[in-house]
Amino acid sequence: MSDPRIAIIEKRFEDVGRVIAVTSGKGGVGKSMVATALALSLARMGHRVGLLDLDFTSPSTHVIMGVEGLYPEEDYGIVPPLAHGLRYMSIVHYSAEEPAPLRGEDVSNAIIELLAITRWQELDYLIIDMPPGIGDATLDTIRLIPRIEFIVVTTPSRVAYESVKRLLLLLNDLKKPVIGVLENMVMEPSGYVKSEVESLCLTYMGAIDYDEKLEETIGSPDRLMKTSFSKQLRKLVQGL
Amino acid sequence: MHEWALTEGVIATATRFAEQNGLTEVTEVVVMVGELQQVEHEVLQFAFQQLKIPLFKNAEFVLRPQPAKFKCRNCGHEWSFTSEGMTEEVSEAIHFVPEMAHVYIKCSECGSPDFEVVEGRGVWLVTIKGVKGHE
Repeated sequence: MSDPRIAIIEKRFEDVGRVIAVTSGKGGVGKSMVATALALSLARMGHRVGLLDLDFTSPSTHVIMGVEGLYPEEDYGIVPPLAHGLRYMSIVHYSAEEPAPLRGEDVSNAIIELLAITRWQELDYLIIDMPPGIGDATLDTIRLIPRIEFIVVTTPSRVAYESVKRLLLLLNDLKKPVIGVLENMVMEPSGYVKSEVESLCLTYMGAIDYDEKLEETIGSPDRLMKTSFSKQLRKLVQGL
Repeated sequence: MHEWALTEGVIATATRFAEQNGLTEVTEVVVMVGELQQVEHEVLQFAFQQLKIPLFKNAEFVLRPQPAKFKCRNCGHEWSFTSEGMTEEVSEAIHFVPEMAHVYIKCSECGSPDFEVVEGRGVWLVTIKGVKGHE
């Protein structure tokens, strides 16, 4: 028996320019915030942008954007609805606020289903908020999405970076392109993450200061875009 | 017509198989259709007829329904899927992403959402029959 969904995934990405996955080996480093702010920033620069939240067990991009009650249109598959100018796909379109207690294999299956049936319209960028960790869901996403590139988010903490480093080594083993490592929530510059990243011959994209006002912007993309967090992020990703 | 997207996948997979195995004509494609996804067989058939390429010109598209069965990981209880009493929203969510069953369905014995979909989840390509070209 054969899974008919796999063969169609590549076609679903035909009209998508760059596919940039924002990922981290560790939770709580601001991955979803970076993914959302990056997508919104690119859209406000005039690009056609999609945002795909693949963090199925703890989706949060909809909370950051203050989005609820959206539903994809059924049209020879499903077409992601527009949210703040982004083609936006998240499991919350189907699970609403209910918990989704999914095991690894189930998360993987649900991701494959969405990749196979979602018809992204013409996009310059698709930004992906990746599943946490390096389990089934992450491995399947990396395996199945064509032309996927990575921005890896860490904090200055050695605890966070140790997990991030494992992810970087995995991406290297899988021969997947890493755009660079972004150091988030910096309170005291130390140079530790920069030197570690460069020792792996990877690009250190730069640091974003800890922004204590960020929490107040949850639910309001307009306010999020005005934070020093977003301004610093835009500078670091200017070359994309 | 979400069925359309699934049928595209069936045709792409069958085409790849036919090419890899030197088939010049496909005569039969058998697809198992899991009950949980609640896809409409007539729409699958229609999509196949509309989407098929010359390789499938004379192919029969056989759909085999498979009942959905669950087994609770907490208490071991086994039960069958029923859409009875399900709202349209819930039914649609499971139709698009069958794993949403874990959000909306609970074990009928102990109430746990931690269960296994033993069979009948979605669409699977079972067999392809065809004619091999001359070497």
